[in-house]
Amino acid sequence: MSNPVPRSVELTRTPGFERRLRQRYAAERRFRLAGLGAILFSVAVLLFLLVTMTINGIGGFQRATLKVPVAFSQVSLALPQGLDSEGAAIRALESQGLPEVIDDFARETLGEEAADELSPDAWRVAAEQIIDDPTLLDRDAQLILPASENLSAALAGDGQAALQPLARRLAAEGVLAERLDLGFLSRSDATDSQLAGIWGALKGSILTMLVTLALAFPIGVLSALYLEEYAPRNRWTDLIEVSINNLAAVPSIIFGLLGLAVFLTLFPSLRSAPLIGGMTLALMTMPVIVISGRNAIKAVPPSIRDGALAIGASPVQVVFHHVLPLALPGILTGTIIGMARALGETAPLLMIGMRAFVATPPDSLTDPATVLPVQIFLWSDEVDRGFVERTSAAIIVLLAFLLVMNGLAIYLRNRFEKTW
Amino acid sequence: MVTNPISNAEPKMRARDVSVYYGTKKAIDAVSIDIPTEYVTAFIGPSGCGKSTFLRTLNRMNDTIASARVEGRIELDGEDIYESGMDVVQLRARVGMVFQKPNPFPKSIYENVAYGPRIHGFAEGKADLDAVVERSLRRAGLWEEVKDRLEDSGTALSGGQQQRLCIARAIAVEPEVILMDEPCSALDPIATAKIEELIDELRGRYAIVIVTHSMQQAARVSQRTAFFHLGHMVEYGETSQIFTTPRETRTQDYITGRYG
Amino acid sequence: MSPAFLILLALGLGLIAWLAARARAWSFKRSNPGTRLAALPSYHGWYVAFWVVLPMLAFAVLWSVVQPMLVEQSVLANPAAADLPGFALERETMLAEARAVATGAAPAVFNPDAQRLVAPYREALSRFNLIGLIAALVIAFAGGAWAFLRLRPDFRARTKVERTVMALLLLASLVAILTTLGIFVSLVFESVRFFGMISPADFLFGTRWGPDPMSPAESADPSRYGAIPLFWGTIYIGAIIAMIVAIPLGLMSAVYLTQYADPRWRRVLKPALEILAGVPTVVYGYFAALTVAPAIRDAAIAIGIDNASSESALAAGLVMGVMIIPFVSSMADDSIAAVPSAMRDGSLAMGATTNETIRRVLLPAALPGIVAGVMLAISRAIGETMIVVMAAGAAANLTANPLEAMTTVTFQIVAMLTGEGSFDNPATLSAFALGLVLFLVTLALNFIALRVVKRFREAYE
Repeated sequence: MSNPVPRSVELTRTPGFERRLRQRYAAERRFRLAGLGAILFSVAVLLFLLVTMTINGIGGFQRATLKVPVAFSQVSLALPQGLDSEGAAIRALESQGLPEVIDDFARETLGEEAADELSPDAWRVAAEQIIDDPTLLDRDAQLILPASENLSAALAGDGQAALQPLARRLAAEGVLAERLDLGFLSRSDATDSQLAGIWGALKGSILTMLVTLALAFPIGVLSALYLEEYAPRNRWTDLIEVSINNLAAVPSIIFGLLGLAVFLTLFPSLRSAPLIGGMTLALMTMPVIVISGRNAIKAVPPSIRDGALAIGASPVQVVFHHVLPLALPGILTGTIIGMARALGETAPLLMIGMRAFVATPPDSLTDPATVLPVQIFLWSDEVDRGFVERTSAAIIVLLAFLLVMNGLAIYLRNRFEKTW
Repeated sequence: MVTNPISNAEPKMRARDVSVYYGTKKAIDAVSIDIPTEYVTAFIGPSGCGKSTFLRTLNRMNDTIASARVEGRIELDGEDIYESGMDVVQLRARVGMVFQKPNPFPKSIYENVAYGPRIHGFAEGKADLDAVVERSLRRAGLWEEVKDRLEDSGTALSGGQQQRLCIARAIAVEPEVILMDEPCSALDPIATAKIEELIDELRGRYAIVIVTHSMQQAARVSQRTAFFHLGHMVEYGETSQIFTTPRETRTQDYITGRYG
Repeated sequence: MSPAFLILLALGLGLIAWLAARARAWSFKRSNPGTRLAALPSYHGWYVAFWVVLPMLAFAVLWSVVQPMLVEQSVLANPAAADLPGFALERETMLAEARAVATGAAPAVFNPDAQRLVAPYREALSRFNLIGLIAALVIAFAGGAWAFLRLRPDFRARTKVERTVMALLLLASLVAILTTLGIFVSLVFESVRFFGMISPADFLFGTRWGPDPMSPAESADPSRYGAIPLFWGTIYIGAIIAMIVAIPLGLMSAVYLTQYADPRWRRVLKPALEILAGVPTVVYGYFAALTVAPAIRDAAIAIGIDNASSESALAAGLVMGVMIIPFVSSMADDSIAAVPSAMRDGSLAMGATTNETIRRVLLPAALPGIVAGVMLAISRAIGETMIVVMAAGAAANLTANPLEAMTTVTFQIVAMLTGEGSFDNPATLSAFALGLVLFLVTLALNFIALRVVKRFREAYE
């Protein structure tokens, strides 16, 4: 070998190369660690977020309650028969003096000071308990009734310094305690954090999502079928494609402006209604369904179409009998993901007036309503400590729904994902 | 023509009882072979016979496949390349590789060739690097074609030029062995002829191992040929002997075109 | 007449029509055993069902717009409405109240004067409900009967049905164009009204933002409509602070997941990132306002910055950055995966380490895709609303200090439209002008990014 050019075997055995090699491996380790660090940071933020919400939210599923002994046998209260609605029964009990009865017994057994800190709506809670179990009226009962916001804060040691001694005494006596409050899931919004619940918002969300699904799913699937299977290559098709791709990335608040300017102009009486909210969110969700639907349809191999066409099926039959059923799991996955996004959406709904204080759950698609994320937003503005916990609890409920939906999507994807 | 290269000199690379597994599937079964320097060794065999897999064990490219596992012993100048003492960076600087499809980096022609010397720190200063690039491109027979457009993207070249660029890139770090995995399968006949010519010129300086599915190519460029079948090395010997008087009937069948 | 009821009714009638028409087609077959139908009986069913359902639904949509107007007109024609106040707002409120009581949405009227309108309202409502229902039924029957009478053994029902299906498909895909057009037209329409009051130059180049929704429209002060502080706040929070967080973390996450992570870890970490991407923005906003912003304020005070506010661009930007991480990561993941593995092998075979391969070969090769991903991420960040609404503050400060409160385009859209202002006030209308700017900017970013991605994909195919 007369060539003077040094070979790599010599070059890699110099001390300089050894030194550089050590540096290169150190750089490799640093880089790898940086990557791991980046992803662990994201996971840590996720965990931190979930843990904070859970810790705060646990309090939201509880409320400060007072144990009030009420000797119903000493008073003459009666639950009238034949009342069909709960509201009527509550009004009947109210007119018979239930609020005063509760107040009197509270003053008698707990003392003036404590009775003043019973929630103003405590009698309503008592009425509900009576309606659930009418035999209460015949005996002496220990009612668990909500305390006032101030006493609740005092019990948590959060402000209300003047009430803290009282709270400590009542707590020591076992009268005052944080007790599980499942009513949080069945009540609606209230100005008093002790009485607030999320059922109204949840029902609003459900109704809104029904409208969104009913509009976005058929329109999305049909568009996807058209674009993927039949659309001729021309400028109109290009325009549709560009529209869909851009709509998928338009900020959600813009859809809110559209809803405000178009839907509320057409239907001014439906402000805050789930129908309008659902229509607005449907426009936002539809492109997501179209895009995932097209991918799912594209994944169905052409051989299946050819096979069906070869035995004389019409193009429409091919698509509806063969392609669509095979693409359905993929389309459903995309739909669920799109719906999950719509369920968490807040900004466009603020635009169309779903931010009003709604104390009764909506009964139809046209009733004023709010939705879960908006409820979270509204409560987050409240300064009261009770609402901080309620907000976190509402977030837990929202995240639970989203987790279930996303889990379902992942399950569908794994269960039905086919590779041809 | 050298009659028996193996007995004359110490082989550049030596494999003993090498088996390769993908997961639980055995892809290579106990292959032993000596690879001499200054010769071209061809691996032939039907597709899926394991010749490419075996080639990739020679510079540990199988490490990049998580499920792959190598057993047995492979030596480079008597040193086990799977021992912890052998660094994979060093190994690959000494055993270069050219792939089936030309894969120039999406960088300039100059940067493609300078890549190896740069990462290994083999060149000191710009002048030195310029010299390495020119020398490598000259050896790859590409210099005259590209000397005026070294800053153009490597991907803008024709397929045959791209493959010669990849060869230039491989020889820029002055390896001792060059592995070529079907280097002409993506090229037209004229480009193929050029690459074959180049391989013939390069063999005086390197041990070249070429995997090919073309028996004509093996006959044209190689001095030694190994026939692989179903993960086994069936026969290994001088190319002229393999093609004229194979010892094994399977080799005979393959060469005469009964299957493959 | 609730929409759900009408839809169910239409579907029910459709089902009846389907069954009837299919039975009719079968009877053709039975009465003439030799004949072959030109289409399967079920296609006859679909043909008639379409003729029942589609006209009826079309009418129902039209009616739901027209009916409230008719009802209101008839109420206003009633003598009880004669002494309604002339002032528009008061009049609207009273009508709305009466309507709410009449439909059962509210238990009682607040304004006793409205009580007199409840009865006429109720009466008009039930009258027009009946008219609507009858009209819908007539249309359904007319359509169904016409279609039913056309059924013959040699009637090519399938062709007709398929043509209708194709028309429906085309119609569905036109919704996307209509939506885009609707967004554009409504934004432009309201913006034109706004620019009639405030000149575009004042809006686009003014540096002071402080519209007063309460001041009368005629005396609007153009110098209070300078949107530069909003644009700056949007860019500073969404395109600078958020990206400083999201680009390195997202990119490194993608690199780790694609190049280093053990498949088992990848299966755990990737869904975790997806969950992070699925957390609603209102939750991030709450997190920013409740946890991050106070922490930043405390930290600022601890290092001696006394005037740190509890709402800061930094808090909003940081949380927004975290929100965008999964997005950047998945875009980068796709781009890196699109680089042929031959590139990676080529580099590794030269003796490069993994990190050299990534930094010198894979990332440069994936760069167009990554740049496009970052553009999409920026477009997301500047359109993001809830985080800034909850954590960035309302003050339109033109400053580079990340600890100060800043406001953004989206924040002001929300603020202007959820206030008390009416629709002819420039403050309210400014929301649409801001929306138009936001729409055009995100449109441009998306358009360019999609182009880049497309060309990038084609380069490696």
